[in-house]
Amino acid sequence: MALSHVATASRSQLLNPLTILLSSSLRRPISTDTTPITVETSVPFTGHKCEPPSRTVETNPQELLTFFKDMALMRRMEIAADSLYKAKLIRGFCHLYDGQEAVAVGMEAALTQKDCIITAYRDHCIFLGRGGTLLESFAELMGRQDGCSRGKGGSMHFYKKEGGFYGGHGIVGAQVPLGCGLAFAQKYSKDENVTFALYGDGAANQGQLFEALNMVALWDLPAILVCENNHYGMGTAEWRAAKSPAYYKRGDYVPGLKVDGMDALAVKRACKFAKEHALKNGPIILEMDTYRYHGHSMSDPGSTYRTRDEITGIRQERDPIERIRKLILAHDLATEKELKDIEKEARKDVDEAIAKAKESPMPDPSELFTNIYVKDCGLEGHRLMGKGSS
Amino acid sequence: MAAIFQGIGTTASLSTSNSFDSKRFQFPSRRSYLSERKGNLFVMRSEGRIIGGSKGRGTSPLVTSAVASKAESSSTSTASKPGHELLLFEALREGLEEEMIRDPTVCVMGEDVGHYGGSYKVTKGLAEKYGDLRVLDTPIAENSFTGMAIGAAMTGLRPVVEGMNMGFLLLAFNQISNNCGMLHYTSGGQFKIPVVIRGPGGVGRQLGAEHSQRLESYFQSIPGIQMVACSTPYNAKGLMKAAIRSENPVILFEHVLLYNLKERIPDEEYVLSLEEAEMVRPGEHVTILTYSRMRYHVMQAAKTLVNKGYDPEVIDIRSLKPFDLYTIGNSVKKTHRVLIVEECMRTGGIGASLTAAINENFHDYLDAPIVCLSSQDVPTPYAGTLEEWTVVQPAQIVTAVEQLCR
Repeated sequence: MALSHVATASRSQLLNPLTILLSSSLRRPISTDTTPITVETSVPFTGHKCEPPSRTVETNPQELLTFFKDMALMRRMEIAADSLYKAKLIRGFCHLYDGQEAVAVGMEAALTQKDCIITAYRDHCIFLGRGGTLLESFAELMGRQDGCSRGKGGSMHFYKKEGGFYGGHGIVGAQVPLGCGLAFAQKYSKDENVTFALYGDGAANQGQLFEALNMVALWDLPAILVCENNHYGMGTAEWRAAKSPAYYKRGDYVPGLKVDGMDALAVKRACKFAKEHALKNGPIILEMDTYRYHGHSMSDPGSTYRTRDEITGIRQERDPIERIRKLILAHDLATEKELKDIEKEARKDVDEAIAKAKESPMPDPSELFTNIYVKDCGLEGHRLMGKGSS
Repeated sequence: MAAIFQGIGTTASLSTSNSFDSKRFQFPSRRSYLSERKGNLFVMRSEGRIIGGSKGRGTSPLVTSAVASKAESSSTSTASKPGHELLLFEALREGLEEEMIRDPTVCVMGEDVGHYGGSYKVTKGLAEKYGDLRVLDTPIAENSFTGMAIGAAMTGLRPVVEGMNMGFLLLAFNQISNNCGMLHYTSGGQFKIPVVIRGPGGVGRQLGAEHSQRLESYFQSIPGIQMVACSTPYNAKGLMKAAIRSENPVILFEHVLLYNLKERIPDEEYVLSLEEAEMVRPGEHVTILTYSRMRYHVMQAAKTLVNKGYDPEVIDIRSLKPFDLYTIGNSVKKTHRVLIVEECMRTGGIGASLTAAINENFHDYLDAPIVCLSSQDVPTPYAGTLEEWTVVQPAQIVTAVEQLCR
């Protein structure tokens, strides 16, 4: 799947050299080689009440290079957001996803844009995966008009309706019942698509999650609940918050699968498996064993509840981008220099998008009152009321 | 806002409900909004006029002669031609079913709405006709099934969520406030949430504190939602249909004690306006604003007041968010005295907001401070006599009017 830099992503972009909105003439096209390569995932899958898929994954040079490029872009975007936050251009809450990129790209590779994804507030990279652009992302983070939510949502409220991305939610766990609703609508219209509802290990202890599990299982809704287990609910380690941190087993009667979330190919394999399962046998839980390098958010240093050694250890051994890099080099799909060039390109794209986003104006004051209601009869009176009282 | 109301001020003070409408159409600002409307909805004003510039794309044509409640007394409130008689809960069901027939994306979810037929029989028979998925019996999980309805609405379905008792929806407050009310805004307009949340609330007959809550006061601050309260079979059906057709999330407040009200309603299809108040009894001396069950206490008091020589104007505000300050303002400019009678508790109730809104906008027209009669700030007790003292009774309304008009 190609990470799009234009407003709408399309499947056909896989076959063309990528054109970028802010392109330079030095752009190197992604290899279009689709000869299959067979790879084994880092660790086998563990299943709960289901037969786990095999460790063998099929991929191809194009996909691997696309993964590399997409993850490099996501990583760059998050690090740039870090700098922007420290420069006080991004305010409020900013939850960064670096370290977890494999979940976003692996999932995207297994789905279409007709499938729905909904997640919580760590949503910047998933937004990109669903077809969001860097400009929309940075503009929204800085509260500008060109943001995906017109500057009115912020970091925690990225949405992309055409891409099947339903956000972007600030209240922990509240997006899971919404995800059930998306799956309900899919079942209602019988369109053979699925919904991936993502939540974290902290949200896994929310009551509404179990309510949601009951309902999706009861009515056989095509929902896949994905626990992105990065082992910390803000500052509380999973073993301090959960009696049973085996989140993939928590569905009880709902089957589950534990996946190495730092291995994009394993994620892709698991998501494909889950989609088939959901359409045939009903809902399934996926637990992605992943890790975030940053703290919970920009106001959390991320080192008071875990050691720096732990962070660097994961970075050295399990980093998702490094894994794909090693795979590419091992199979001789590109040279080190070419990969470095891709990363440079990503940096450039991000810098250009930030520059463009900075030029985007702040929302007009009249925007304060738009989109409260959908335009409908008689509501103009309310808008006038609002103005009258201010 | 000042511009609009100055316009009204220049009209004759003895305006009837008909003239309100004709003046309304003259405002250019309103015209421009009408032309922008993408909706396919013909909206009936309560006097039976149709407003709307839409070219009738796909709408079922509504009949202009269906007459609404503009009469002096509530007993002759409806049809100019023979309609059919039914109870309020049946009217709700009729409205709901008509919308389900008209639009396949309308679905119902709630506890016991399907096979059981609804705890107040509003959804009786629907599951047999439309199936278990379209009339969905949910587990007792208000937070998540309300969230589910909102998620479904994001994709284009139009769920009607029933809270078995409005009080139970406190469990779904997060979903209603953050997702239902705010998603259209935080997504920059990408997602609409055309969901209807309905259910009975209010003080019943000794149901106890937790089953006698008035949630309209808790929800009124949530931006992005609309709130309406029905009080008669006629407006129940009309508001139900309007709520379902609205692209905004609407909370429709019903009352436990009003489900068995009987009325004759038109056979022809009609839809009411969600933002409009209902003129129950035109008058000259004092404006009494009320809604839901208290309307009946007010009308009972009105009988006594008329015998004593007073001429109260009674308006059922119906639209709790936003207030129909248009109709209310016209009334205030005529009578210069306002009494609000509500069932919410005094603190933070609908009456409190309405008092503030009227004071802010019509202060110059008031000859006396606004009087607001509300329920006591207490949990509703079980004992019958205590419960009676919790809510406003007709005798108190009479006394208040007498004092106000002194």
